[in-house]
Amino acid sequence: MASEPVAPTWQEEDLDTDEMILQMGPQHPSTHGVLRLELRTDGEVIRGVRPHIGYLHRCFEKHAESMDYVAAMGNSLGYALTVEKLMGIEVAPYVQTIRVLFAELQRIASHCVAVGTYSMDIGAFTPFLHLLRDREKVLDLFEWTCGARLLYNFNWVGGVSHDLPEGFTRACRQLLDEFEAITHPELMNLLVGNKIFIKRTAEVGVCSAELAIAYDLTGPNLRGSGPKNDLRKDEPYCGYETYAFDVCVGDGRFGPLGSCYDRNLVRAMEMAESAKIARQALERLEQGEKSDVHEKVPKRVKPPKGEVYFRSEAPRGQLGYYLVADGKAVNPYRLKVKSPCFTAMSVFHVLARGMYLADIIALMGSLDVVLGEIDR
Amino acid sequence: MEIVHELLVKLFPALAGLPPWLTLALSAAVPAVLLVTFMALGPIIYVYAERKIAGFMQDRLGPMRVGPYGLLQTIADAIKLLFKEAIFPRGVDKFLFLLAPCLVVTGAFLPFVVIPFGERLVGADLNVGVFYVVAVASLSTVGLIMAGWASNNKYALFGAMRSAAQIVSYEIPAVMVLLSVVMLVGSLSLQDIVQAQAGGLPNWFVFRYFPLMPIGFLVFYTAGLAECNRAPFDIPEAESELVAGFHTEYSGFFFAMFFMAEYTEMFIISATASVLFLGGWLAPHPALQAVGPLELGPLWLIGKSWALVFVMMWLRWTLPRLRVDQLMHVAWKVLLPIAMGLVVVVGGLTLWPATAQGFVWDRYVGWPLSLALLAFLAYVMVGARRWQARRIRELAA
Repeated sequence: MASEPVAPTWQEEDLDTDEMILQMGPQHPSTHGVLRLELRTDGEVIRGVRPHIGYLHRCFEKHAESMDYVAAMGNSLGYALTVEKLMGIEVAPYVQTIRVLFAELQRIASHCVAVGTYSMDIGAFTPFLHLLRDREKVLDLFEWTCGARLLYNFNWVGGVSHDLPEGFTRACRQLLDEFEAITHPELMNLLVGNKIFIKRTAEVGVCSAELAIAYDLTGPNLRGSGPKNDLRKDEPYCGYETYAFDVCVGDGRFGPLGSCYDRNLVRAMEMAESAKIARQALERLEQGEKSDVHEKVPKRVKPPKGEVYFRSEAPRGQLGYYLVADGKAVNPYRLKVKSPCFTAMSVFHVLARGMYLADIIALMGSLDVVLGEIDR
Repeated sequence: MEIVHELLVKLFPALAGLPPWLTLALSAAVPAVLLVTFMALGPIIYVYAERKIAGFMQDRLGPMRVGPYGLLQTIADAIKLLFKEAIFPRGVDKFLFLLAPCLVVTGAFLPFVVIPFGERLVGADLNVGVFYVVAVASLSTVGLIMAGWASNNKYALFGAMRSAAQIVSYEIPAVMVLLSVVMLVGSLSLQDIVQAQAGGLPNWFVFRYFPLMPIGFLVFYTAGLAECNRAPFDIPEAESELVAGFHTEYSGFFFAMFFMAEYTEMFIISATASVLFLGGWLAPHPALQAVGPLELGPLWLIGKSWALVFVMMWLRWTLPRLRVDQLMHVAWKVLLPIAMGLVVVVGGLTLWPATAQGFVWDRYVGWPLSLALLAFLAYVMVGARRWQARRIRELAA
């Protein structure tokens, strides 16, 4: 049987004969969880990258308030504030101060992981363990207060689950003392000021302010590119307007503005600012009058019919909750989340083009994505 | 070998009656067994030291469970690795896959033959010793490429290509520096190089021809660091980029062989650096060379080498990793010009009789510099100690 000659559907020049597809992840030591990157590599140079997400689906329809497992306190705060906004609950100043204190401690703990793992991505192992030591201390405080170390059910609608234990302020103050006196300067000397570190990161993954805004980067990723955008200043909640602190932005000292170095520097400096806020909160807790933390907690969380959007400044950026209630059920009718990591991931392929293989890791670490927030 | 032979005959008179080939084999076996034992047991100490040093730097204890202070941890690890199954992933080239670790280990072990541990304690005092060290140390490069290629793994391939590029580039400045020392001594034999530095610390090459030889020492040490793939030049096995680089697919004993080779190479680089620049088995002062009849030569060499190995570990746990292009930049645009300039200048000096033994100011350099270094180390250590005490006090408060 004579067969018709089949016209080839491809030509030789269509084939990328020189390029190699490298699957990075999901089981790779530095993909920050289970991200999978499909890299088109030409030797050490990356010609294209396609991130594949969805390897960490943990049924988060039922777990909306702690998607970001590295900074669950910030997520649950945002969720509680959203529901409170819908229900029109105004919590006491004492509770607000506790919430601010815990949000800032969580920011320190979260940035400890972000900066620490970033140092490990670049190849320096030691700062990671030094930072993790301080994160553990923060988690100890959390455990002392509410019994959980990773996913807290601390921020309730209308209050917090537990009042601060006896002696909390003293222990917390000591932690901040140690952090400000030892860990933070050490970090600045050992890592942020290190010449190899600067060379590795200062001209890599440059994201201009326009690009950052176009791709909806938020939080430290956006501030690294220059805009002074922080919801704690712009749309204050929980009484953030009454605290004195600076919004840290990248300065482009060692290279173009918006590089990996700037994003990381913003995180490193924000830790010190958070410590400042935490100190002010501690003062208020000691001086101000106490109130029952369960005072405003409703017997039954049954919001009226309506919809609400609320965004807060989580450690990784703006975290927005869009909540629709039908007025009948206890569960939300609809809940949509705008997570900062998801949008940060979207700019990845733009920034990654044409860089070296090692820079891919540097870029990914500097965007500081947590897969729990992306894969939801 | 003649020495060993004499010694054997003296200890066991019966040996004198044996046929010459047998006594020859026996007297060759004694140093070989000694060296192989030293090489094979060395990594156990280095790995333990590395883990402890890393632990102290990172505010943790390091291994503590197996044996007192975790002393038996590496032995336990070695036993575990020996009994672990060696996995061959689908698609590996089995012959090359098995040959590669053997080659790497061979390349790491062979230089021991010429390293002089004492005046007469040397496996073989080759008249081309320096050349031999450079030549056999390159053997491991072949093994690394082989491992990367045979693994049928893209990360391993990346690691292999990187290591080839890196080791080839860094060998050139290292050899250039070796050349300048060889020109000064006029001999390629490591034993002759050591003897040329006799007469106490100021005669060590690192303190002679100030500031030429100190620069040479730093260039050689940096290049050596890169040659044994240690941080900050550990890009062939950069764990955050390439998982484990060329040995990604290895497991069990074959992985242990790569591990052993890495630590042995560290010792070799340090030992070569101490022989060439730090006087090898010579003591800082001739009076310290021996205690009564007991020669301290091996201790001096091992001590100097371990100090340099310690610096390697120190650097590894402090510095971030360079990128590939930056690595090449350091090799070709920084180290190589310096090394070449060194060769030219030192070559010119050898023609000038006035500087045959060094510059005039050299005898004012050695002792003050080393004393300053010791004082600085003491200052830093006391500072760290006081900082630690303060911290403990703060924690107790």
